[in-house]
Amino acid sequence: MSGPEGTPGQTVGPFFGYALPYPGGDTLVPPGRDGAIRLAGRVVDGAGAGVPDALVEVWQAGPTGAVVREPGSLRRDGWSFTGWGRAATDPTGAYSFTTLRPAPAVAGGPAWFAVAVVARGLLDRLLTRVYLPDDPDALAGDRLLSSLPDGRRSTLIARPGPDGYRFDVVLQGDRETVFLQHRPGHPG
Amino acid sequence: MIPTQREISDEIASLDGAAGAQPRLDYPPYRSSALRHPRHPAVVLDPEGVELASPVFGPRDVGELDADLTIQHRGEPLGERMIVTGRVLDGRGRAVAGQLVEVWQANAAGRYIHQRDQHPAPLDPNFTGTGRCLTGPDGSYRFVTVKPGPYPWRNHRNAWRPAHIHFSLFGTAFAQRLVTQMYFPGDPLFPLDPILQSVTDPAARARLIAAYDHDVTQEEWCTGYRWDIVLSGPAPTVFEGTGR
Repeated sequence: MSGPEGTPGQTVGPFFGYALPYPGGDTLVPPGRDGAIRLAGRVVDGAGAGVPDALVEVWQAGPTGAVVREPGSLRRDGWSFTGWGRAATDPTGAYSFTTLRPAPAVAGGPAWFAVAVVARGLLDRLLTRVYLPDDPDALAGDRLLSSLPDGRRSTLIARPGPDGYRFDVVLQGDRETVFLQHRPGHPG
Repeated sequence: MIPTQREISDEIASLDGAAGAQPRLDYPPYRSSALRHPRHPAVVLDPEGVELASPVFGPRDVGELDADLTIQHRGEPLGERMIVTGRVLDGRGRAVAGQLVEVWQANAAGRYIHQRDQHPAPLDPNFTGTGRCLTGPDGSYRFVTVKPGPYPWRNHRNAWRPAHIHFSLFGTAFAQRLVTQMYFPGDPLFPLDPILQSVTDPAARARLIAAYDHDVTQEEWCTGYRWDIVLSGPAPTVFEGTGR
């Protein structure tokens, strides 16, 4: 491996609320649009308390399963699906997105959202996946899920919820979410 | 019992020098990390699907003027006007072109416009402290702003953060997402700050500090700083279904 050394991360701090969230960030499609679902939940700390100063970002395929290459996430036009969204947590630690159900990237595979989380008190961003629960066979065949111990696998699988899915990001504790590190060394 | 700077500094010293190019998530001197760090190590996986790409931003998302933090109001903000510029590279040294860079910062007096920042320093009616830009074809970014002041916080008694600018960046792959802070050279608060010191490898820590660059400084106008950012997460070779 040659090349420049990476720049370290640092906490997002407490004062991002006037900088990173923006109108429409959590609305990948307007509520009520055909196929619109809700992905919602809480960011929770090691004491079970909601984290009111966290930011959740989703990055997902659309209904075809293909990677979306559409700009406009920061100034949504109400029609274009960009596949990316950002939601700050509320005073109870809750977040919510209105979006479309991602299709599996490969036929027969599971469908999931890629998620990034930052918060005050969290010194670097965390990455995870939110799997949809609808296809048990696809979940059973997934490489990542199969590699996890029983008690941890379920932390990555969303539950059915009102108008869509529920998923809590547990930063620490018994139900701690599995966080991910992508393997380096891709041919480049 | 609220700890003193001496106690925090002793904790920092006891943890310093450990290897690791990223901050320690479990870093007791930064008190807010206690209940907010995962105890399990991250699970290593081969990225798939959308993880091999990043969201796309374009001129529809970001305007040319969004990168000048000194022209967002009727008057000019107080403080030391400056340019912060550099290049965004991936771990192989390749330019990250056309990607979103977001910044936010305190004003010259060390006060954020955020309503939860109530420390008794003045707000500046001519300064919000947020900016965005897209990187150029060579990965370059450039912001015009004023130098932020240091400010107190409540991690411990008489705690002060070194002056910094928050940066949020996207790379060419999802794992290159980076949220970090840029510092200014020679700040005497560096050794006292548990957030900077959470990067326990001194060489990695140094990569968070900009360099004063007289070639960026403009005559009778402003000073200049240069800070290159390396998004070290794994990068894909090519994108599927796109020419970018």
